[in-house]
Amino acid sequence: MTAAVFRDHESDLAYRARWWTSRAVIYGVLILWAIICIFPIYWTITTSFKAAPDVMQGHLIPFVDYQPQWLGWRSLGLSPDTIGAFSTVRDQFLSRFTNTAIVAFSASGLAVLLGSLTGYGLSRFGYQFGYMKNSDISFFFISQLILPPVVLALPFLVLYKQLALLDTHIGLILIYTLAVLPIVVWIMRDQFMSIPTELEEAALVDGLGVWGAFARIILPIALPGMIAAFVLSLVLTWNEYFFASLLTSTATITLPVMVASQTGSQGISWWTMAAISFAAILPLIVVGVLLERFIIRGMSAGSGK
Amino acid sequence: MSSTGDLIHVVSHEDITQRRARLGRILIRGSFLVLLLTVTAQALQALGFWDLGFENWQPTLITYVAWCICLCVGQVLIRGEQGKRILFVLPAALFVVSLTVIPLLLGIAIAFADWNLSSPTGPKFAGLGNIERMLSDPFYWNALTNMVWYCLAVLVEYAVAFGLALLLSAQIRARRFFRVAFLLPLMLSPVAVSWMIGKSMLEFRFGPVAQLARALGWENPAFFASPELAKVTMMVLDAWIFIPFMMIMLLAGLQALPQEVIEAARVDGASAWQTFRKVIFPLMLPVSLTAIIVRIIFKLKLADIVITITSGGPGGATDTVTSFIFREYRDRSNVGYGTLLAIFYLLVIVIGLTLLMRGLSRWMRPYS
Repeated sequence: MTAAVFRDHESDLAYRARWWTSRAVIYGVLILWAIICIFPIYWTITTSFKAAPDVMQGHLIPFVDYQPQWLGWRSLGLSPDTIGAFSTVRDQFLSRFTNTAIVAFSASGLAVLLGSLTGYGLSRFGYQFGYMKNSDISFFFISQLILPPVVLALPFLVLYKQLALLDTHIGLILIYTLAVLPIVVWIMRDQFMSIPTELEEAALVDGLGVWGAFARIILPIALPGMIAAFVLSLVLTWNEYFFASLLTSTATITLPVMVASQTGSQGISWWTMAAISFAAILPLIVVGVLLERFIIRGMSAGSGK
Repeated sequence: MSSTGDLIHVVSHEDITQRRARLGRILIRGSFLVLLLTVTAQALQALGFWDLGFENWQPTLITYVAWCICLCVGQVLIRGEQGKRILFVLPAALFVVSLTVIPLLLGIAIAFADWNLSSPTGPKFAGLGNIERMLSDPFYWNALTNMVWYCLAVLVEYAVAFGLALLLSAQIRARRFFRVAFLLPLMLSPVAVSWMIGKSMLEFRFGPVAQLARALGWENPAFFASPELAKVTMMVLDAWIFIPFMMIMLLAGLQALPQEVIEAARVDGASAWQTFRKVIFPLMLPVSLTAIIVRIIFKLKLADIVITITSGGPGGATDTVTSFIFREYRDRSNVGYGTLLAIFYLLVIVIGLTLLMRGLSRWMRPYS
């Protein structure tokens, strides 16, 4: 046996070592950041199953460090042994949950409807309202993003009081739609601009009207963009706290307001808080995992083009 | 209505009859008249001339909505094809104008009033009283200064987000897992986060982060005790929520970069750092600026985590303008003063952002 004829040269070996270190660094940083992102969620889930001593001693891993119990979920009326029984806390929680769902879905839907129409109009036709041309109209819509909620909050409080819209679903839906509309217009205009106009021209030649072409030809193509805008609006409206805390009092309290009001009270136990927080964020974790593609699509509108 | 800039040209042969156009005009003017009458009747009742039995201003709202709908329908009746085009933009425009311009005008009126919402006396004209009070309110100016610090923190967030975006665009396995994991903080409700992290993980005695800090040799990890530290903790927490947002914008920018340029740089013998410094970073500048400006706009609205974790403390160190006005209203229910503060804040923002964008566009294109 002779020694191998072909051998890696010194410089090649160095290159390979460098490649491995760079891999290690990249994955190290990625995993570290993933832990930073996921650990708080893990902590919340596990805390909802802890009893007082487990919390104090800072136990981390269920079954190894401590024996999980249904404490947090029992106080919400959502543990296996209480799920059948009557529970005021659970009813309260479910009513907050329904309020949030109603408001978030309606506001996002309305915003996507108005925003898609506007985005389409602005991407296809030349308007002139007074001295405002297309670019001014687009700027008008998108610049609403700058408006901080606090500027509108107190005038809305006064207006809603006079209009008897305080503590109603409609009141919240209107203001949430207003809050997300700029983002929806931004995404949808971007989306429609990427669709070639030849499609409508063909449809118009075949006898459809402007609205017919829009509804039957363009909307199906723009659907991914609409889903992206809808999901992004849903995230923003589901989590909104500021307006909800000012404009609701009893009947239409949303989940964030409920969570915040619990944090203020001193007597509340950690496991209950953890269970409430986790139940409040769970729907959006699911949305995030399943519809990640659309969220990313929505947020990357306008950049990179 | 001019048709310049239309991308779709429709040759319509409809002729709008005189009757149809007149019907449209009658519809718009009629509904406007109804609106006007309702407003007058309600205003007269509010001023105490007669009692028509209105319990609130909802009749005005209903007639207003009806007028808006008639305005939209009328456009189609009067203008035909052009009206149908206006119909794409008009509903949203009416919606936004009604919900921002009217409250803003009302806000300007309220700003000069002394109005305690919970007292039965109603608004009193305060003249310049609110402005004088604002000028001598140390907590408000403190909150405004805090906003400057918070906005400067965006630059650090940007650096981290850029780093993560570069990592995610590298050749890696399990890319989807990392993307979803990195995106999660943005999905969580900030209020829930403020309990999950701010109140439990950073808890002084047995929060895991405090314990980690002790293990690393920090004797006294009280994250919200000193003003400086509390501010930094708040910035970190807000960064944790919003870094995914910048990261994704930057990632989209990175993926749209022309690959030929980067390959050319590599062929010319540029090291990884040189490629980044001289090629990728300059090409990413427009996307970076968009991301930073959008992030600053979101940062200026920062309130919920401050309200729920520290409520501005210690000593106003973590206060944002929004959380300050929120507390000002909660404690004294004085709408007038709070609105003046908010409108002044809006003015500062608009002027600041305009100057920033002017400056940036001049810096990007110095000779045009």
